[in-house]
Amino acid sequence: MDQSPFIHIQSLSKDFNKVRVINNITIDLNGADRIALIGQNGAGKTTLIRCILGQYNYSGTLSVLGFDPRKNRKEMLNKIGFVPQTPPPIKLTVKELVNFFEKITKTPASAFQRISNDMGLSLEANYGKPFHKLSGGMKQKLLISFALGRQVQILLLDEPSANLDPQAREILFDHLENYNRETLMILSSHRMNEISKLVNRVVEMDLGNIVLDNKLNHQKPE
Amino acid sequence: MFLQKIYHTSLYQIMIADIWQSLRSKWFWTYSLLFGGFVAVMFSTGITESQIIGFVGLSRLMVTFMQVSMVILPIYVLITTVRSVVGDRESNVMEYMLSLPVSFTGYFWGKFFAKFLITFIPVFIALLGAAIWGSFTRLDVPWDLFMLYSALLASMIFCFLGISMFISVVSHSQDLAISSAFILWLVLVAFLDLILMGLLLKLRVDAGTVIGIGMLNPLQVFRTAVLVLFDPELTVMGAASYFILDTVSRGLFIFFAIAYPTAVGLGFGWLGNYFFKHRDII
Repeated sequence: MDQSPFIHIQSLSKDFNKVRVINNITIDLNGADRIALIGQNGAGKTTLIRCILGQYNYSGTLSVLGFDPRKNRKEMLNKIGFVPQTPPPIKLTVKELVNFFEKITKTPASAFQRISNDMGLSLEANYGKPFHKLSGGMKQKLLISFALGRQVQILLLDEPSANLDPQAREILFDHLENYNRETLMILSSHRMNEISKLVNRVVEMDLGNIVLDNKLNHQKPE
Repeated sequence: MFLQKIYHTSLYQIMIADIWQSLRSKWFWTYSLLFGGFVAVMFSTGITESQIIGFVGLSRLMVTFMQVSMVILPIYVLITTVRSVVGDRESNVMEYMLSLPVSFTGYFWGKFFAKFLITFIPVFIALLGAAIWGSFTRLDVPWDLFMLYSALLASMIFCFLGISMFISVVSHSQDLAISSAFILWLVLVAFLDLILMGLLLKLRVDAGTVIGIGMLNPLQVFRTAVLVLFDPELTVMGAASYFILDTVSRGLFIFFAIAYPTAVGLGFGWLGNYFFKHRDII
C-alpha cells in the first residue's frame, strides 16, 4: 500500500513584501490525519492553507496528493474540499450556485442537499434567494454542504463553525467524525476545546513557524 | 459530444455564472436602458428624417449611434469591468472560487467572455432593434452598414475589455484599478486631437509619424472607421484623409479598424491571463 504523505511540505517559506509569513517549515500530513491547525491571528495558518490550495507562490517544496499545487491545480482540487473562514459575497442565487457546483465538481445536487438538510437548511426553500443575502449561518451551512457533499481526499476547513449556532455546530462535528476515515482533515480553529475530540493531531503555528506537532491519543482509560 | 465537453469546462461554467451575476447588477440594466433609450429617443425626435452628407433614414440614425458609442462605450466598458478580477480578489470570492477545480485560465477567460457578451449584446440589440423598427416603418435598412458597425462595436468593446481585464489583474485595489482606467481613457481622448496637434505644431514632428501615432490609438481608429463608412473620402478629416487613404485603401482600412482593436484586446487579455496565472491570486 502506498504510504506517501497526502501533503508533503519541505522548507516552505512565503514572503509578502519582504515580510516572512511562513518560515521554512517542513511537515508531512498523512491520510487519516485529523489535524487541528491552531495559532493566534497572523500565525500563518490561512497562508499555509492558501499555499496548499495553489493560490500563492512560495519557495520550497509542496506536494499535494502527488500534485504540484500551482501546476496541476484542477486535478488536485478535484480531490479537495474547502470551507473558508468568511463566506464570500457571491451574487448567484442558491439554485444557480448549486447548479454551478454540480457541474464544476461533478457531484449530484442531492449530495449537497442531504448535508444541508441535516444542518437545518432547506435548499429548495432558499433556491430563489441570492447567496450574499442569506444570513451568515445559512451561508456557512451551504458552504459546508458543498465541501462535505463531495467525496474528497483532503478537507480544509478554516474556522468552519464560526457562524453556526450550537445545534448546527454539533451536527457539523457529527458529520466530520463520520466522514471517510482515510480523508486528511485540516481544521483551523481558535476553539481547541471544541474540536479536540475530533482530531488526532495538533499542529500549532506561531509567527510562521510550526512550534508544536503532537499526536493525540483518545483511547479511554480502562 | 463537443458541446458536451465545452459545457463541462470551467471556462464555460465561470462564464455562465458571471453572466447570471451581471444580469442581477444595476449597472447592466442602466447600461442597457441607456443604449436602448438612446435609440428610442433618436426615433422619437425624428433623426431619421434629417440628413448628413447625403445620409438619411436609418443610416443617419446609425451614424449618430456610432458617434455616441465612441464617446460612451470605451469609458463605460473600462469602468464597469475593471473591477472584475481585483474586486473578486478583495471580496474573497476568488479565494473560494479558485479552491474549486477551476483552472486559472478558465477563470480569467470565463470572466472575460462573460463581460464581452454582457457589454456587447445590449449595444447590438439596440442597433438591431433600430434596424427592425426601421423595417417596420418602411425605412430602407442598410444591412451592410449594420454588419460593419456591429463588427466595429464588437472589436472596440473587445479592445477595451482586454485592457480593462489587464488593469484589473495587475492592480492591487479597486480604487487603483478605476483610477488607472480613467487616466488611460483621458490619455487616449487627449491623443485624439489635442496632443497630436501639439506634436505637429510645436514640435514639428513629421506628419506621417503623427498620423501613425493616431492610428495606434484604438479610439482614433474606431472614430476614423465610423467616418470612412459614411464619408468615403474622409472629407471631414481634412488633410489627414489624403495620408490615410493614399497609404491604404478604404476596404483595407475598415479591415484594419476591426482587426487592430481585436488584436490589442487579445494581446492585453493574454498578458492579463499570464500575470493572473503566475502571481499570487489573493
